[in-house]
Amino acid sequence: MLETTHLKCVRGNRTIFRDVSFAVRPGDCFRLTGPNGSGKTSLLRMLCGLLAPASGSIRWHGASIESLGEEYFSAITYLGHRPGIKDELTALENLRVWCGLSGIELSHHTAASALERIGLGERMNLPARFLSEGERRRAAIARVLVRQSPLWLLDEVLTSLDRTAVEAFQSLIEDHLEGGGMAIVATHQDLQLSAGRSQRIELAA
Amino acid sequence: MVMLRWLVWREVVLAWRRKSDVLSMLAFFAIIASLFPLGMDPDTRLLRTIASGVLWVSALLASLLGLGRLFAGDYADGTLEQMLITPQPLLLIVAGKIFAQWLVTGIPLMLISPLLALQFGLPSDGVRMIAVSLLVGIPVLNLVGAVGASLTLGIRGGGAIVALIVLPLCVPVLVFGAGGNVPLVGAVLALTMVFAPWAAAAGLKISVE
Repeated sequence: MLETTHLKCVRGNRTIFRDVSFAVRPGDCFRLTGPNGSGKTSLLRMLCGLLAPASGSIRWHGASIESLGEEYFSAITYLGHRPGIKDELTALENLRVWCGLSGIELSHHTAASALERIGLGERMNLPARFLSEGERRRAAIARVLVRQSPLWLLDEVLTSLDRTAVEAFQSLIEDHLEGGGMAIVATHQDLQLSAGRSQRIELAA
Repeated sequence: MVMLRWLVWREVVLAWRRKSDVLSMLAFFAIIASLFPLGMDPDTRLLRTIASGVLWVSALLASLLGLGRLFAGDYADGTLEQMLITPQPLLLIVAGKIFAQWLVTGIPLMLISPLLALQFGLPSDGVRMIAVSLLVGIPVLNLVGAVGASLTLGIRGGGAIVALIVLPLCVPVLVFGAGGNVPLVGAVLALTMVFAPWAAAAGLKISVE
């Protein structure tokens, strides 16, 4: 489980948020809301270990995430604001390279079936620069399918997805929560989850 | 090992599908190195004396041009963030990227350098000497360049600043290399191989935050 205590975020001279404490247990889905600039992305980046909190601590199963290092990174999948899709590579290559960089050899077959599930079946062999914004988003989402990590950190992933893709993604999150997974989702849109426990973290402006 | 294989594969494929980056760097190298014999008195003795220095400075400037592709693209599209949080040692990822950079930019530079050396009317011994010193020296340029590139990520006008950081740091290897002192270039290479990936990894962490 993931536990944060009194997290404080300072960017430049501005305190973005302070005293953010919560605990995420297996089966929990936290929806992170707040106006623009309230620090949703910063909080998610902190939970990834990309940004050090100004004060407070983040613990994974009782140990601080800095001390866990790579062990913690293998437990999370982070889908950021910028999807990290290379224009020159196809969706299939993007997915296989991403897994490869995590040290996992992903077979052509497994990667293809994950992309089919996410609705990119016909276009997985096109260079990503020919894909629409929503399709690039889907190509990034396929990562959570191929790497079974317990904690998903998702930053505005529903942006530019059509309705069927949003529904498909919600059912992915439901399956994940039912299997004892955890998710923290920053989004302005509503999440209608029929499984797991939905909670909310509201960041003030 | 899986990670390094995929990383190198990725960098090579990306370079191949966007050939203009590497080709413009090679063209730059060829043009700079050719301007000197054209712009100077066609005195064979003078050309022979300056050949090594001109080729070294040209290679240094060209390798600077290739630095833009090392981290900046991955930083802009979010891939670098993903690399920082993979369950793999960051040091290894950075070392792999520098190795791939050497593979796609350093080796082509080294391969065309004997051709360019011919313009200076050098005997085959002299050409060989320059090629060998660049063989050992170009990896140093890639390694030091990576440190500069990591520190200037996301900074406006990073291209000029990277030159200000990297060029002074390359002075020792330039002096030894242009002087044809290959063992000393090798010593600098050994030293930078130890420190540069580590410094570049630290630089990336700071830049991405």
